[in-house]
Amino acid sequence: MSSSFVRGMKCRLCGQTYPISANNFCTEDFGPLEIDYDYEAIAEAVDRSKIALRPFTMWRYQEFLPLDGEPTVGIHVGGTPLVKADRLAEALGVEKLWLKNDAVNFPTLSFKDRVVAVALSKAKELGFTTVGCASTGNLANSVAANAAAAGLESYILVPADLEKSKILGTSIYRAKVVGVRGTYDEVNRLCTQIAFKYGWGFVNINLRPFYAEGSKTFGFEIAEQLGWRVPQHVVCPMAGGSLIGKIQKAFGELAKVGLIADATCKFHGAQPSGCSPISTAVKNGWESHRPVRKPNTIAKSLAIGDPADGYFAAKVIRDSGGWAEDVSDAEIREAMALLGRTEGIFAETAGGVTLAVTRKLLEQGRIPRDEEIVVSITGNGLKTQDAVADVLAKPAVIGPSLEEFVPLYEGAAEPALV
Amino acid sequence: MAIRIHIPTPMRQHADGQSTVEVNASTVQGVLAELGAKYPALSQRIFDNGQVRRFVNLYLNDEDIRYLDNLATPVKDGDELAIIPAVAGG
Repeated sequence: MSSSFVRGMKCRLCGQTYPISANNFCTEDFGPLEIDYDYEAIAEAVDRSKIALRPFTMWRYQEFLPLDGEPTVGIHVGGTPLVKADRLAEALGVEKLWLKNDAVNFPTLSFKDRVVAVALSKAKELGFTTVGCASTGNLANSVAANAAAAGLESYILVPADLEKSKILGTSIYRAKVVGVRGTYDEVNRLCTQIAFKYGWGFVNINLRPFYAEGSKTFGFEIAEQLGWRVPQHVVCPMAGGSLIGKIQKAFGELAKVGLIADATCKFHGAQPSGCSPISTAVKNGWESHRPVRKPNTIAKSLAIGDPADGYFAAKVIRDSGGWAEDVSDAEIREAMALLGRTEGIFAETAGGVTLAVTRKLLEQGRIPRDEEIVVSITGNGLKTQDAVADVLAKPAVIGPSLEEFVPLYEGAAEPALV
Repeated sequence: MAIRIHIPTPMRQHADGQSTVEVNASTVQGVLAELGAKYPALSQRIFDNGQVRRFVNLYLNDEDIRYLDNLATPVKDGDELAIIPAVAGG
């Protein structure tokens, strides 16, 4: 199947090539390895009508994914709605706005199911029986669930202070969950040491070249759902900084094989002010980020102080003509509530970050109000309820009598959000 | 006593297959210079024109040296310096 389209792996810095294996970095310069495809062969193998006949999951673009055979893990992942958000557009004062809503991705309600589906399908091809990850939560949920369904053993390492619902949503799948007293970056460093010591398949470490490719399907879907074209602007949350570059890569690949005519799109990055290494780098004109030792934000899924793809994310933003911004915890909560009351979508804190940044970029004139905008919603608000629990109006409590309801309806103020 | 350097698995081919190497020095810079004297091929991969390469992270006793005093960070007997690829996570 797809195997014929993969040539091997290639260093993103020096171009050194490697055969496919569970390794994420170049032994010449420590640069990241990336899958190298034969795009001419892909161009001959795919066309729009062929793709249209396939189930609406991420695997309808499988020629662009690095598996040898058919996927074995996460076969139902992807195919999430691209919501035309007219009520939100009106609230923001823009004309054309869409939400790519991975808050309802299957099975664990975040875009991470896409990367995990590829990483674990590849892990099985490579013969791993134990897998794992370092995670700020969403990845933990996804690796645990997909590993359980695939019969793989999993070790999940997370910062010990993570949201309770993200820990529960990992333990339920009988993953071995380890809370580490430290930041995500410390967890990540520890996982790198564990992955190489025990030879396990860590999805975002030694399986990272495969894992990263899964994010492209977020971009493929946006383009197909818009009618095989790209929007003028994509706003994307940034933690490790990988997704934004993979959406751009997806658009570029579609253009390269002739599925779309033009891949021109401005990419804008969103971070919380309590952990904004990449947006700070963009705003200051630095080539790469400077790491943040102690992230402090309610957007815990974005709390990566030393993003692996920080350099590349800043470059994507700069080269595409986009921009980056960061927003406070209060702005994040307010944007979560705005999304809820205008579109009926409960996004996690990262969604609040992305929407609040979109609003800021509109106010700054970085995104013109009459252009097409896609806002990336990457995770579900049910996982980060703690963040808004205290600022939402508590429900009124009354006895079961009309007498008590009438004054509520006729007198009291509308229940306020934030 | 000395400072023990941990070499990531795929890079051990440049250090006679060893997982750790011990050297004596007083700063992180000195430790890496000693390592480079023993294994020049490894040093070439860690440094580019005297600068630590973008995707190399160095940890002294589990703390990123960028949060200490970078290459000038002092070291003492028994310290552990880990060379870890930065391309992970997210």
